[in-house]
Amino acid sequence: MSRQNTLLYLDGVSVSFDGFKALNELSLVIAHGEMRAIIGPNGAGKTTMMDVITGKTRPDKGDVYFDGVVDLTAEDEASIAELGIGRKFQKPTVFESHTVWDNLEMALKAPRGPFSTLFHIISGAEKKRIEELLDLIRLSSKRDELAANLSHGQKQWLEIGMLLAQDPKLLLVDEPAAGMTDAETMETAELLKDIARTHSVVVVEHDMHFIRALGVKVTCLAEGSVLAEGSLDHVSADERVIETYLGR
Amino acid sequence: MMTSYLFRTLDAKAGVFVALLLAVTLLVPVLNLAVPEGSFFHVPTYAVTLMGKYLTYALLALSVDLVWGYCGILSLGHGAFFALGGYAMGMYLMRQIGTRGVYGDPVLPDFMVFLNWKELPWYWYGFDMAWFAFLMVLVVPGVLAFVFGWFAFRSRVTGVYLSIITQALTYALLLAFFRNDMGFGGNNGLTDFKDILGFNVQEDTTRAGLFVASGLAVIVCFLICRFVTRSKLGKVLVAVRDAESRTRFLGYRVEHYKLFVWVLSAMMAGIAGALYVPQVGIINPGEFAPANSIEVVIWVAVGGRGTLVGAVLGAVLVNFSKTWFTAALPDVWLFALGALFVVVTLFLPKGIIGTIGERYTALRDRRASARREAGVDAEPQPQPAE
Repeated sequence: MSRQNTLLYLDGVSVSFDGFKALNELSLVIAHGEMRAIIGPNGAGKTTMMDVITGKTRPDKGDVYFDGVVDLTAEDEASIAELGIGRKFQKPTVFESHTVWDNLEMALKAPRGPFSTLFHIISGAEKKRIEELLDLIRLSSKRDELAANLSHGQKQWLEIGMLLAQDPKLLLVDEPAAGMTDAETMETAELLKDIARTHSVVVVEHDMHFIRALGVKVTCLAEGSVLAEGSLDHVSADERVIETYLGR
Repeated sequence: MMTSYLFRTLDAKAGVFVALLLAVTLLVPVLNLAVPEGSFFHVPTYAVTLMGKYLTYALLALSVDLVWGYCGILSLGHGAFFALGGYAMGMYLMRQIGTRGVYGDPVLPDFMVFLNWKELPWYWYGFDMAWFAFLMVLVVPGVLAFVFGWFAFRSRVTGVYLSIITQALTYALLLAFFRNDMGFGGNNGLTDFKDILGFNVQEDTTRAGLFVASGLAVIVCFLICRFVTRSKLGKVLVAVRDAESRTRFLGYRVEHYKLFVWVLSAMMAGIAGALYVPQVGIINPGEFAPANSIEVVIWVAVGGRGTLVGAVLGAVLVNFSKTWFTAALPDVWLFALGALFVVVTLFLPKGIIGTIGERYTALRDRRASARREAGVDAEPQPQPAE
């Protein structure tokens, strides 16, 4: 696949921290409209990879392109978010002293400059969109609660809602099911599959049931590079994956 | 559109506060000028000036609360913007003295004649015109804040490091303004003012007028702060305060937001300084002292950070007790100030207004839940979907 036709294109990306190679010649390609699951042991470089894509960490070498043409290594966090890459963090980070509604309002796709926000008045269309999202993430009854008062699972969902409010082209979702009950995990998988119909999604997760429920192509990372790639059955049958990650 | 801006700026509580401030602003001069001396209701002129000074401090506290309470920028150097605004006003007042100075030079202020200077330095040009000087009250602190903020926020200097460099900023200015060859009167600063806008600064009516101007400045700046903090921009500021990097990942350019609120705040501090100087009659480098800036932070902490009303209240309360203490028990004041800060930090971490607000919310929630339990006006409980 040539670079121009991809949504996300990583080629030979390396990052090291004080000599520790977090990413080692990592190459990964995500197509338009694709959902991809990333698995791998702790320290495999999953979160570092997200940091590189979203501009938090600069790679020492390698190419990172979005939409085939935009060099992400030259952009900062805010402009990458503006380009259409949304991120949900491993630890749910919502704005705790704001209400659920305000969290979504801030995330909503709209001009981001200080003067536009100063004179901003919420429009009917924006209200309707926030209400739709509240329904989708099942927090309609909590709209005026402070985000600090939500349960862990609800925060995860709020953060997914904020991600959708940004209406990104690509969603990076880091461990969405962490700390959830089995039922919640399955609901989250359904929600993500729903989202994947209209967006490209990269999901990092440890929970194999969750990955199976997603039913998408899987990439296994280890020591900063790709170990195996393919269907879940294919990857979990791979000798090296069993060796380093799944265990015998 | 205007109505929704107005509605956003003024709710019932803010309305009450503004009405109270307005009442004080208008009533005190009346009690000073219209009520005969000796009457119980007469307010002596020294008290008017003292209260006017408190109001300028309140405005300074408001500006610190805007950056600290809402955006998490703990400035320990806001006194610098206050003093610069004060110097701009002081330069105007110096040029108004004209030939009435000790040396009677029509252009040069006394200290320049004393230093044997032959002509006015270029940066004193224009300060004989009120409009120019008043513009500089906003522009000088604003430009300094912009340049400082541009570099600091772009380099992502935050937290205690930022606080330290704000402190260094005001200290550097303190040292610079102490020097005679800076042309700002050195150690002695600027004083012996005669007129402001043609009115004698010693007159009761002028003092009352300055008091009213200070009161109105606090009200207008309070409303501006409300407008800013209650907007979507205000929500982003709080988001920056609580989770800066998360805000970046939402696509907000955090440094622009900080810069906006920082410059706005510096300009407010400049106005406060400009109103302070004609009321106290002097501006000298002592106003740049780091301790002054730290004291402002204490006022805000006492009143309640992130409440605006608390900043005004804290500034007035602490300064009123300072006046009382330094007269009654002069040796104890610094200990009292220190103790106050310790007590507030330990027992009222949200300050006076913050604590009252918290109690009120807790009480309301308790009552609401008690009502629900009693079955009176029970909200419809969400039914589990089958």
